[in-house]
Amino acid sequence: MSRKRMWPVALILLLVLSTALAACGKGSSSSKEDTLVFGRGNDSTSLDPSRVTEGETFKVTVNLYETLLNFGEQDTTIQPGLAKEWNTDDGLTYTFQLEEGVKFHDGTDFNAEAVVANFERWANGDADKFPYYSSMFGGFKGDEGHVIESVTADGEYTVIIKLKRPQAPFLKNIAMSMFAIASPTAFAKGDDEFARNPVGTGPFEFVEWKPNESITIKKFDGYWQKGLPKLNKIVFRSIPDNSARLNALLAGEIDLADGINPSDAGKIEGDDKLQLIKRPSMNIGYLGLTVTRPPFDKKEVRQALNHAIDKETIINSFFEGQANAAKNPMPPSISGYNDDIEPYEYNPEKAKELLAKAGYPNGFEMELWAMPVPRPYMPDGAKVAEVIQSNLADIGIKAKIVSYEWGTYLDKASKGEADAFMLGWTGDNGDADNFLYVLLDEDNIGSNNYTYFKNAKMHDLFIEAQTEVDEDKRIELYKKAQEIIHEEAPWVPLAHSTPLLAAKKELTGFLPHPTGSDLLSKVEFK
Amino acid sequence: MLSYVGRRLLQLVPVLLGMVFIVFMMIRAIPGNPAQLILGQQATVEAMAAMNAKLGLDQPWYTQFFKYLGGILRGDLGESMRTRLPVADEIWPHLAATIELALFAIIIAIIIGINAGIISAWFQNSWFDYIAMILALIGVSMPIFWLGLLGQWVFALEFSWLPTTGREQVRDPVHAITNLYIIDTIIQGRFDQLWQVMRHLILPGIALATIPMAIIARMTRSSMLEVMRSDYIRTARAKGQKMFWVVYKHAFKNAVIPVLTVIGLQMGMLLGGAILTETIFAWPGIGRYIYDAINFRDYPVIQSSVLVIAFIFVMINLVVDLLYGLIDSRIKYD
Repeated sequence: MSRKRMWPVALILLLVLSTALAACGKGSSSSKEDTLVFGRGNDSTSLDPSRVTEGETFKVTVNLYETLLNFGEQDTTIQPGLAKEWNTDDGLTYTFQLEEGVKFHDGTDFNAEAVVANFERWANGDADKFPYYSSMFGGFKGDEGHVIESVTADGEYTVIIKLKRPQAPFLKNIAMSMFAIASPTAFAKGDDEFARNPVGTGPFEFVEWKPNESITIKKFDGYWQKGLPKLNKIVFRSIPDNSARLNALLAGEIDLADGINPSDAGKIEGDDKLQLIKRPSMNIGYLGLTVTRPPFDKKEVRQALNHAIDKETIINSFFEGQANAAKNPMPPSISGYNDDIEPYEYNPEKAKELLAKAGYPNGFEMELWAMPVPRPYMPDGAKVAEVIQSNLADIGIKAKIVSYEWGTYLDKASKGEADAFMLGWTGDNGDADNFLYVLLDEDNIGSNNYTYFKNAKMHDLFIEAQTEVDEDKRIELYKKAQEIIHEEAPWVPLAHSTPLLAAKKELTGFLPHPTGSDLLSKVEFK
Repeated sequence: MLSYVGRRLLQLVPVLLGMVFIVFMMIRAIPGNPAQLILGQQATVEAMAAMNAKLGLDQPWYTQFFKYLGGILRGDLGESMRTRLPVADEIWPHLAATIELALFAIIIAIIIGINAGIISAWFQNSWFDYIAMILALIGVSMPIFWLGLLGQWVFALEFSWLPTTGREQVRDPVHAITNLYIIDTIIQGRFDQLWQVMRHLILPGIALATIPMAIIARMTRSSMLEVMRSDYIRTARAKGQKMFWVVYKHAFKNAVIPVLTVIGLQMGMLLGGAILTETIFAWPGIGRYIYDAINFRDYPVIQSSVLVIAFIFVMINLVVDLLYGLIDSRIKYD
């Protein structure tokens, strides 16, 4: 080899060597016993839960703050929270007995005055500031629809809430993450300051927020429930890409990851260092049919589509079986679910008959809108759309698949510009009203009722159910409403999916909550 | 020289103004309602209306534009619609993360790209030349997310040499002072953390460096080939100078100008275009900041971030132009 030729060889060797040397670090250090790193898809928007509507915020705040009432560990039953007892005689006046000796992270005492101050803060806001308050309690102070008449303190540890009219899901609403009781001392400093420096009574207190990177919270030593929390520190890391998040878990950089693709479930179950965790389902994925756009104004056409779509194949192929076929617009775990409904069977012949009856013996052309983003209720919109497209082709309907970027998609669909669109919903409080009324009532056309479906009889049932305090009667009303929805078929309900998480084997005490906000106070490493 | 710089800076004003206007109009042309996206699927009609009124989105576009422009002139970059925080406060941590990664990547790209290009030109048509140019072609055409995930799989999962994602060892977080973690760790004398920060830079840095590395290598090679054929190189060789010095000193000095231009452009690209790398490696940089803002139609954030990046971009160009003069005394500024 001449000297001339040596140069390139030496250089390549040098490059390879330097890369290898740089790379030879220690592997990631073994996890300490008391710090949990939780990988998730996105950063929080704010740490003041009352001001936002997105789930990533509540994942953190549910560990920083507490609510007057809690949901059950893995359901949406009502349990004691900061209020140890509550009662009402007439569904209009609620009395809450508060836990005593509770302190906020900043040392402020938690008492009836603090609760009143929180409710005052929300009631004097506006829809832009406290969006959830207005949608759950019908507006703000002075508004026609505002359901809360007054919130008053009766002594140090009793709060009395008076309503203008009965509100059936009132206690469930109180238990929602966004109505967390915050330290009045902290929010008196100004809303924007408070959004970055949250102070609650929860098991963990806030340490640091690095935008788009991580949020760190640590054990609150003065927590009122003895022996909790078990962990010393939790770091919420944002890792947007699902594959990268799984890689980080496999590499041991994070201990717990949510938003696991159904297609990766097998890989995790086959890994002896990991465990697959299933979140109880409280969602629905559906194909909405815009009833203002012919031919979907005809009931028979909508029913035909219900018979044409093969849900089982969709679930087996793209949800990897981690879902149940849907027949109603809400999941079976919710009180009021009508199990007597006979689902539309997959039957292309019947679908063709219905089309002929509606006057479309040779089918028609339509646009099918496919979701551009993965969501727990719809892991892969584009692929599911292809199955639906071929199902429709079987009965003579030519469907053209279209998709837009998510913001555009929602905007156009809400204006009623889609023939048929895929969408879904995850419940907030486990109440039927939060699915049926929100998604299908005429009051919500323009916001969440994208199908523009209207039915006067159903509307009356919903309005009655909202103020019906007798649970059995309420269930009856919702069952009737579901019969109407089934008959009118504004949707093709597709699936109730089981969202997946994965964690290190050593992690115990983690109970994922159907709302998606997980309390981590009992989590620890074996 | 000074008057030249002054003139160039004055020329920036209309450029940046025009850019602000174009971005302003473009993002409003995309369908999508910020209030709905920010309030989420759970938003009510009243909440959206209240939000639009508060954000001034119900006013005509020219009112909104001049309001925004007035703010810019007072040094106010506006407020994020989503987080309600001043963009000026939010932008720095993201920009710092991107600058750290981009500088790391461009340094790798320059060192390897220039050397590969020079050697390729020196041994034109040798096996090294062919391999380097094939690699450069692959580098330019390989999708970054594929390369990134591949890197994670090989170096993080198979060999456990490097971390998969992020900027730091989260179990031992860096206390941010300047948000440039290399500097922060040095200031605090935490060399263990500096080591971790460097390890986190390697994979995304290499993924990000691939394209500029390939482009720099190709540019260097063609520019060098041109110079190597000129008379003075033959003269230098004839005088018995060692080939190494001829190539690296005489030839490269004259070949460097177009390479410099490419480096400047690539640097600008890295600052604004690292969105894919930042997504795969969960790197909290400006690319992801803008990407999120676009998804939520967070107008002030998009406008101001693009403005800041554009400003940096034109500044880099100015610096490159000034460097020409230092390198090649035939170039005069007047």
